Amino acid sequence: MKTMTFFGLMAGSSLIAGAAMAEGTLNLYNWTDYTSPEMIDKFEAETGIDVVLDTYDSNETLLAKMQAGATGYDIIVPSHNFVPIFISEGLVQKVDATQMENFANVQDRWKNPEWDPDQQYTVPFHWGSASVSYRPDLYGKELTSYGEYFEPSENVKGRIGVFKTPEEIVNLAHLYLGQDFCNENPEEMQKVQDLLVAQKPDVVAYSSEGMNDRLINGDTIITSHWNGYSFKGRKLAEEAGKEITYAYPKEGVIGWSDSLMIPVGAENVENAKIFMNFIMDPKNMGMQSNFAGYGGPIEGQREFMNAELRDAPEINVPEDAKMIFSFACNEKSQKLIDRVWTNVLR
Amino acid sequence: MMANLPSSPALRRTLSLAPALGVIGIFMLIPVCIIAVFSFLEAKSFGGVVWSFSTDAYVQLLYERALDDSLMLSPGYLIIIWRSFLLAGIAMLCCLVVGFPVAYFISRQPLQHRNMWILLITIPFWTNQLVRTFAWIIILGRNGIIEAPFHWVGILGSDDTLGLMYSNFAIAVGLTYTFIPLMVLPIYASLEKLDFTLVEAAADLYSSKWEAFSKVIIPLSKPGIIAGCLLVFIPSLGAFIQPDLLGGGKNMMLGTLVQFQFSTARNWPFGAAIAMILLAAVVIFLMIYARAARGQQKMELH
Amino acid sequence: MAAIEHSKRKKRRAFGEVPGLGALAIAFMMFLYLPILVLVVYSFNAGNIVMVWTGFSTEWYARAFANEDIRKAAINSLVVATSATAIATTCATLAALALARGGSFKGKGATVGIITLPLMVPEIVTAVAMLVFFSNIGLNFGLGNVILAHVTFCIPFAFMPIRARLDGMDTTLEQASRDLYASDWETFRLVTLPQLMPGVLAGAMLSFVISMDDFIITLMVAGAGDTTLPVYIYSMIRQGITPEINAVSSILLLFSIVLVTAYWFVTRTKPDGKNH
Repeated sequence: MKTMTFFGLMAGSSLIAGAAMAEGTLNLYNWTDYTSPEMIDKFEAETGIDVVLDTYDSNETLLAKMQAGATGYDIIVPSHNFVPIFISEGLVQKVDATQMENFANVQDRWKNPEWDPDQQYTVPFHWGSASVSYRPDLYGKELTSYGEYFEPSENVKGRIGVFKTPEEIVNLAHLYLGQDFCNENPEEMQKVQDLLVAQKPDVVAYSSEGMNDRLINGDTIITSHWNGYSFKGRKLAEEAGKEITYAYPKEGVIGWSDSLMIPVGAENVENAKIFMNFIMDPKNMGMQSNFAGYGGPIEGQREFMNAELRDAPEINVPEDAKMIFSFACNEKSQKLIDRVWTNVLR
Repeated sequence: MMANLPSSPALRRTLSLAPALGVIGIFMLIPVCIIAVFSFLEAKSFGGVVWSFSTDAYVQLLYERALDDSLMLSPGYLIIIWRSFLLAGIAMLCCLVVGFPVAYFISRQPLQHRNMWILLITIPFWTNQLVRTFAWIIILGRNGIIEAPFHWVGILGSDDTLGLMYSNFAIAVGLTYTFIPLMVLPIYASLEKLDFTLVEAAADLYSSKWEAFSKVIIPLSKPGIIAGCLLVFIPSLGAFIQPDLLGGGKNMMLGTLVQFQFSTARNWPFGAAIAMILLAAVVIFLMIYARAARGQQKMELH
Repeated sequence: MAAIEHSKRKKRRAFGEVPGLGALAIAFMMFLYLPILVLVVYSFNAGNIVMVWTGFSTEWYARAFANEDIRKAAINSLVVATSATAIATTCATLAALALARGGSFKGKGATVGIITLPLMVPEIVTAVAMLVFFSNIGLNFGLGNVILAHVTFCIPFAFMPIRARLDGMDTTLEQASRDLYASDWETFRLVTLPQLMPGVLAGAMLSFVISMDDFIITLMVAGAGDTTLPVYIYSMIRQGITPEINAVSSILLLFSIVLVTAYWFVTRTKPDGKNH
């Protein structure tokens, strides 16, 4: 059968290809749909290094796999709040980004970040924000405060979506309640828990998958969201004749940043560093941004980004909007977050 | 040439069992023991375990720790356990009620047709479970296939919904759909080897068709029924794709709860404890079935 | 006399054929294939979102074929599934024979328990446990790790239909064969195995399917470059399912239909009739 021969040929050729590329490999472990194939092709063409890409869907999966001893990856891409965990658990090695040629291209605000002050372990990748997105056509007005999300009005009852990242939803609650992130105060955390538990009956789904589908379909009218996904969602919605707006509520939005890191025991450390340097070039990061739909930390990359993305409200934080970066919480506050989340989701 | 297998029946038996037992022993039994040990350890903040003894995980099942560390009885997890058993049981019953007649029907077809029916039943299995489950979202969901006629006729307004999705009902449908082939195939395998002329002869001794059926066919196909029920009930109990995609992550079942502990909640010992409870429940069920099966065999040996 | 015969005939005809059963079976098939149909139909959706139909297009198939990651993942899936099925079915057949024919022995219950153990443990737990186990003993055969993991949970699936088949199997033919001085191996090969075949094939099919479909265990156990199709699809779901995934699934479906139909033709030509 044709399909059988097809698969047979594919199997054969991939075996050959695998053998030929034995030296000069890079094992990249990144978020799903987060790596621009165009950018990878360019990298492979310029350096002759063969890139093998595997994907994960959350920081927790990545951490669980690393902690359980998975090997074979040369680059991982954790979010900023997980970076200190990876460092303190001894899962990553030093890379010293300051020594890399293209490091000068990194915008100042992203250099020496809180989660890696000496820039020893990380190279900055995409950044973005977390907030809420909504259907202005179904909602009928502009969303200006998280109160409308946590304590929904009549016409939104039962049409709320929540994504499945505990820290971020807890932080959104903190923003609304005017409390600090990484809160160790049980009373304040209790307020967060009460808020989330009260919201639960109106929540359609606690899921980070298919958020755009649910918005476009009308299952949810307001949902917690990330700016890049929301940008993609807006474009998809336009095709279907609907609108999605990413909100910048008065309480502010949460900022996040992803970093490239090299795990301890990586086989192709040199190739990994070459890749890290490559990604700090404005042309390459621009290409990458076009694919992922998120902004990046490189000066001059805007020139290489699609106009649509460059000017999108989702990645251009308005003048009067606040963006507050979350940070890695210590053990005590982390335990409280986990407990609140478990109590809410029961 | 008289090629005989090793002479001693006991040795032959052991050798036959060795591969299966070996694989499962090493790659299953030992890891499960690791998990059992994990359930009595302390949770490390960001996932993983701290090697110090603690019954925290089991305490958490019944008691809730308020944020200030005081303990109070909380039924939350018991609800999840109850929901899991309920939905798994419903799925099993639905599969049985639909699956048995279908298996019976197939077993009564001429031989060539039979293979084709079995073929047709196995084919859907070849599509990815996730995507098949997702298809149910399109079918059950808002503006979906089931709702479309209601919208056309005007019973449902443009912004209304039947609310079939993100509910226990949707989970039950998903579970039934996913596991029903696992009910049909064993029952069919069991029914197929019955000599129906003998069965009919035995059935002539009974006055009503139904009696004939229940007193003759059902007992003879019991091995298949039991296998089918187990194959549906047990995975349903620990399922998590269906509760996750179709239940909206709200109606947690044991499977989602365990997965949750090993990922977002980062409480491995608690996840391990739930797994142990799950295992215990299943072992109990298996023992009950084993006893029933043994009793059944004794009956058959007249 | 005629009246009695007539009623007997009526009873006999009515016995095996329950009215309405055919209709039920067909309704069942429709239920089974509805999501498949939805899947295939929406794979031709021109738009980006699966749930909203915007027109007919085959672009997603083109994209799926061009997608190298999908191709690699598909090959991995097939390799793993085939190997795991072959090994698991063999182990399961041996075990089922031993348990059904070997008489009773101490620890028989425990043996059955161990063999069906993988069915009882939730997949996520198996997944993490296996990963921890593999890495602690330094086992790193790449795709071999995945195959080993798959063999482990496929064995009980193969085991159950085989056991069910054996349980009611008539041993008279086997005894006759032995009485006629056939060796144990000949008896097995020429008498037992053919009778057992439907069970073995059912077991093999179940095992193959379970292996192709598995993702949470593979997700945890697979290393770099060992991604299988379900793992790949699972990680794409975060973005919402695009019709590309439908296209891939439809291709796989087509492939499996082709394969299974081929199997059907093959078994058709063999002379059989060892039904009762």
